[in-house]
Amino acid sequence: MVEHIHSDGEEPAVTLDAFLSQSNATAVRLEPDEDARALIPHLDRLALIEVAFPKFRDGRGYSSARILREAGYVGELRAQGDVLVDQIAYMKRCGFDTFAPEKALNPVDIEAALARWPEHYQSAADGAVPIWKLRHG
Amino acid sequence: MYKYDEYDHAMVAARVAEFSDQVKRRIAGEITEDQFKPLRLMNGLYLQLHAYMLRVAVPYGTLDSRQMRMLAHIARKYDRDYGHFTTRQNIQYNWIKLEDAPAILEDLASVEMHAIQTSGNCIRNISSDQWAGAAADEITDPRPWAELLRQWSSFHPEFSYLPRKFKIAVIAANEDRAAMRLHDIGIQIVEKDGQHGAAFYVGGGMGRTPMIAPLIKDFVPLADMLSYAEACLRVYNRYGRRDNIYKARIKILIHELGADEYRRQVEEEFKHVKSLGIDPPKAEFDRIAKQFAPPPLDASAPDDIDRSDPDFAVWVDQNVAEHKVSGHAIVNISLKPVGGIPGDASSAQIDVMANLGEKYSHDELRVTHAQNIVLPHVRKADLYAVWQALDAAGLATPNLDLISDIIACPGLDYCSLANARSIPVAQKIATRFSDLGRQKELGELKLKISGCINACGHHHAGHIGILGVDRKGTENYQLSLGGSGAEDVSLGTITGPGFDEDGVVDAIERVTDKYLATRTEGERFVDTFRRVGMAPFKEAIYG
Amino acid sequence: MKLLTGNDLKTGFVTWWTGADWSLHIEDAADVGETGEAILAAEEGARRVNAPYIIAGEATPDGPRPAHIKDRIRALGPTVRPDLTLKPADPAAGDWVI
Repeated sequence: MVEHIHSDGEEPAVTLDAFLSQSNATAVRLEPDEDARALIPHLDRLALIEVAFPKFRDGRGYSSARILREAGYVGELRAQGDVLVDQIAYMKRCGFDTFAPEKALNPVDIEAALARWPEHYQSAADGAVPIWKLRHG
Repeated sequence: MYKYDEYDHAMVAARVAEFSDQVKRRIAGEITEDQFKPLRLMNGLYLQLHAYMLRVAVPYGTLDSRQMRMLAHIARKYDRDYGHFTTRQNIQYNWIKLEDAPAILEDLASVEMHAIQTSGNCIRNISSDQWAGAAADEITDPRPWAELLRQWSSFHPEFSYLPRKFKIAVIAANEDRAAMRLHDIGIQIVEKDGQHGAAFYVGGGMGRTPMIAPLIKDFVPLADMLSYAEACLRVYNRYGRRDNIYKARIKILIHELGADEYRRQVEEEFKHVKSLGIDPPKAEFDRIAKQFAPPPLDASAPDDIDRSDPDFAVWVDQNVAEHKVSGHAIVNISLKPVGGIPGDASSAQIDVMANLGEKYSHDELRVTHAQNIVLPHVRKADLYAVWQALDAAGLATPNLDLISDIIACPGLDYCSLANARSIPVAQKIATRFSDLGRQKELGELKLKISGCINACGHHHAGHIGILGVDRKGTENYQLSLGGSGAEDVSLGTITGPGFDEDGVVDAIERVTDKYLATRTEGERFVDTFRRVGMAPFKEAIYG
Repeated sequence: MKLLTGNDLKTGFVTWWTGADWSLHIEDAADVGETGEAILAAEEGARRVNAPYIIAGEATPDGPRPAHIKDRIRALGPTVRPDLTLKPADPAAGDWVI
């Protein structure tokens, strides 16, 4: 299930440095140049990881998301910042389940974008069965 | 060759629908040009000097006649009756209207073609050896490997906003006809203990800072190839520079890290990625490979050629290459007539080539990175008929790999990034050396021209390279010598101060005169240069 | 003089600001003086032009002439295909570019 706007009243996400030096935070914000793998020892106490996209062209957050999901993270993974409707299908494939775009997106466009691809050539972090597997049963 | 199944069709159709929707939103003003630009680029649509330009993918340079005819149809219906074949084995059209782009993509999809990822900071069209499946020196057909990579890289969710564009080439012969080591990833299919695997060369490229790719892994088994590629890309996506567009290619990352440290990081990532099970089973490779099965060629077909027409004989000697099956030959069609525009072909010429491919080459054609066309499987007994038809269409210039077989980017006549025109320089050089006897006397001489530092015309890899620059608003041309994009890969060295358009043609003539006076028996230009060095040539040019 | 140029959003064709509208012909181009940025923003916002920018030029008896060769090629068309330029019947048109 994809939610597009984050809920009010949640615990604010702290920076990676702050998170690593304090043991009680359950929400962290990851900047593009920060190593997602630093969070791997702490995944079971995290409820929210917010991955920052200061510019839509900066694609490091896609790798961060996949790394976190591949490491077994099951909590909320949010793409925040310069998040455009034409990117959210790929973001979802990389493991994001919520989106907090700086500029509101048109819900009709969101629905169309997420329904766009009938199948996928490669496996990623969304659990979709890749085409090569469909071909060979 | 590869035929789409229902999945491939559905994916391309989805892309056409997606881009049609994006174009609609752009025209309606729902997205800005800044937001639209990366989307149109991922569909091959640029805004160039005179109009939009559409680059259509020709995966690993392979086409059938129906697809080739569609390229002519698009030129006729939506453009100005011609197309330009590029150094990435693609074709581009220079006068496309944004509002026509969705219809063009639909027409392309009807013949299993597209413009997916022909631009943008994503994994671009996979290039390969234009003689794949026909070359006498290959160990296997590299195209099934390339097709596996094409599908893996298409709409890759993690690697569509890379620091910069990413180009992959795949070859399977020791002779490198695809400039493999000047790619972000160059893959050579090699054999070890009776098994084929992929040697990965990573971090090559041309552009502002040319680099030859170092060997990162000598043998990656088929079962690991996509995992290994994914690891190579992930390290790049995470750590490639994003602060400076000129330092964002993977070659800079590997140069700064060192090949050993990059390899260490890739190996570590690979160990992890391999555990995810992203590699298709061998059955999928076999399914693809079956579609590249060799055409039914009759090895008992006559092996001799009637050379009684002297013009035909000249063309055979220059443009026809050995085929792996006796009685057959590889025909190279030069798109470099003297005084013409390198790589351009009219709709009528494209149709002629399509018809010849259908009738004489088992329905196959190829586009080469040198901007020529290949008919890969022609019976020797049919060569004369093929030559006659080509000659009638102005397509029988016998200059393959000679000084007038020039690679040239579109330059300032078309390209918004260019600093100087490339095509007029190519035309002047070809005209100066138009005497075929003189060209043949000079032998193999690869001349490559770029109109800016991005090096789309591969000037770093030219035996003779020319780079156009803007010197205070005036076009100026720098000359370099000694580059090669082949298996003897090397980067050219600049001779010295640049020239104006006529000056650079004169300088090249002084270089070739010096070569003729200096060479030993049978020595190619580039080998003479390597033996004697720059000094004698510099003296010949500048006195 | 300063000229305002860009491409038509739908066709991609090169266009020039005439003072009131956009024209394919540089002969129609007007000197925008210091008003270029404001016109550019308004026209781009209204999608009457794509990727507009301001260039330097000089007024000549034959009309405005861009200072840089790139914009002269944009104004005319490719020098290597006179048949595809805006002046296919004028064999000397290319001289204006160089």
